[in-house]
Amino acid sequence: MQTTVEPASSAASAYPAGLRPGAAPAVQTVGLVRRYGEVTAVDGIDLAVAEGEIFGFLGPNGAGKSTFIRVLCTLLHPTAGSATVAGFDVVDHPQDVRLRIGVALQEAALDDRQTGRELLALQGRLYGLRSAEIRSRLDQVLDLVDIGSSIDRLIATYSGGMKRRLDLAAALMHNPEILFLDEPTTGLDPTSRESVWAEVRRLNSELGMTIFLTTQYLEEADALADRVGFIARGRLAAVGAPDELKRSIGQDLIVADLQTDGAGRIRGDLAGALADLGDLAAIDSVLTEDERLVLSTSNGPAALSAVAVALGNAHLEVKSITLRTPTLDDVYRELTHSPVTGGEAR
Amino acid sequence: MSAPIRGREAGMARDVVSVAGRALRQIPREPASVLPAVFIPAFFYAVNLGALEKFAKGAFDYKAFLLPMAIAFAVTGMSRAPTLVTDIQSGYFDRLCMTPIRRSALLLGLMAADVVVIIALCVPVLAIGFGVGVRFSSGVGGVLAFVAFSALWGLAFTGFPYAVALKTGSPAAVNASFVVFFPLFFLSDAVVPKQSLTGWMSAIATYNPITYLLGALRSLITAGWQVGTVLEGLAALAGIGLVSMTLALTALRGRVLKGS
Repeated sequence: MQTTVEPASSAASAYPAGLRPGAAPAVQTVGLVRRYGEVTAVDGIDLAVAEGEIFGFLGPNGAGKSTFIRVLCTLLHPTAGSATVAGFDVVDHPQDVRLRIGVALQEAALDDRQTGRELLALQGRLYGLRSAEIRSRLDQVLDLVDIGSSIDRLIATYSGGMKRRLDLAAALMHNPEILFLDEPTTGLDPTSRESVWAEVRRLNSELGMTIFLTTQYLEEADALADRVGFIARGRLAAVGAPDELKRSIGQDLIVADLQTDGAGRIRGDLAGALADLGDLAAIDSVLTEDERLVLSTSNGPAALSAVAVALGNAHLEVKSITLRTPTLDDVYRELTHSPVTGGEAR
Repeated sequence: MSAPIRGREAGMARDVVSVAGRALRQIPREPASVLPAVFIPAFFYAVNLGALEKFAKGAFDYKAFLLPMAIAFAVTGMSRAPTLVTDIQSGYFDRLCMTPIRRSALLLGLMAADVVVIIALCVPVLAIGFGVGVRFSSGVGGVLAFVAFSALWGLAFTGFPYAVALKTGSPAAVNASFVVFFPLFFLSDAVVPKQSLTGWMSAIATYNPITYLLGALRSLITAGWQVGTVLEGLAALAGIGLVSMTLALTALRGRVLKGS
């Protein structure tokens, strides 16, 4: 199977296509490595994110996303390589980086014994804002992130969704140029997730904020990101715009789920079916995964009947057959031969 | 349209005040964190007085002798370390680290709050002392010096729980660290004058800095201005403070660089 996705270790493909020559990237890493003792969490990543871009870092738990973000946010030093954020090296000029970035990590990092207003005001003070500036920023931030009347209640009384919103508000108090979001909607209900997405889009479109987010949700990367980077086992597997990446593995996918017997073996002549399918001109590739066949083709509707016939001739019992366009999960599997998440399929 | 508001470094003084302010604001919201600190020393004072005053047989003012023990009990180990550990566990400490706050203000601000709390704790304990008839031979100045010395004493010891909090991030470890002070205390002349201690305890008490701290406080009550004794106490205090601050600042550096 030929993949047209460039391996992301080549620096050229790691640069956004639209980056103006000479324009400094908002975020840049060169050969970034971070080890914890024996474990290598980030294993040599070259990446560049343009100003004003929304960049999605997609990968399963344990892939290294959180570690990568923590290095960029100056919480960790790299073990090797370098990271530059807003034009400043994270090791040599961490204070300059901190002034220009806002961060909301995976768990809302709040203080239950303060009120929302007190926490935001403290954030403002730590960024050197005067009282009048704090009042002004509070209004602006609460306009972007709706917390309502709870702002004057103790954070201990907030729901999970409200805590996340307050966390985001805290990240925005000092008007950062770049916003880092580590799994911003993990654990949220669909309504809360939609409102986070709307807030992110608004920050980017109205304020031109560069947004670097990590996620394990394909729909999230697909919906929000201008470009997506896949991370697996600490390495960057591919970088590109979501549509480009999906197109790279074929126009359409035919997905057939097959019936198994009690012991989990597929009923019928699978080997024969695979041979026949491989012979079909319309089919570019066949991937098997447990009880599922994934066939990529440039014209799904035209190929569908030939596929059904081939499956029927082999006496395979088809539980369901679906025609769809590739998702980022398909791209991820193609690149890493493993799913992004367990059982996340459309 | 005015220029957009951007962040800037606040400076050490403002950072310390911000951290201290937050710590002090939390106290009325969690009275359980300070009420035991008032009640327990008062209780020990009353109990020890009741049990042991007769042994003094009127030879010296046992109430005055024992009062510094009550203060010492109240202030030794009193710190915001439990709050710090909660912050570390909740991730709020990381949020603070990602601001341009001066790293040492994270600790110095808490210590500033501790000084305020310690001074406040002296008030009820002194009130109980005055209530049972203790009088300062060094006058009002002596009372102020007493409070100032107690504040420095408490401050000198705060480094230890902070070091444990920063190194371990564990509430259990921080709670356990209070236990370390107990032997230090009772292997001193906190409750019984040194000359009445049995051989081995007397020897330990001689090398125990607490003995000199207590000596300084007692002298202010019963012996007027004994500069030498007070200086001995300050030296013991400085020694302890040096050790504890070094441990705390080293642990802070370890945590902000490692950022686990």
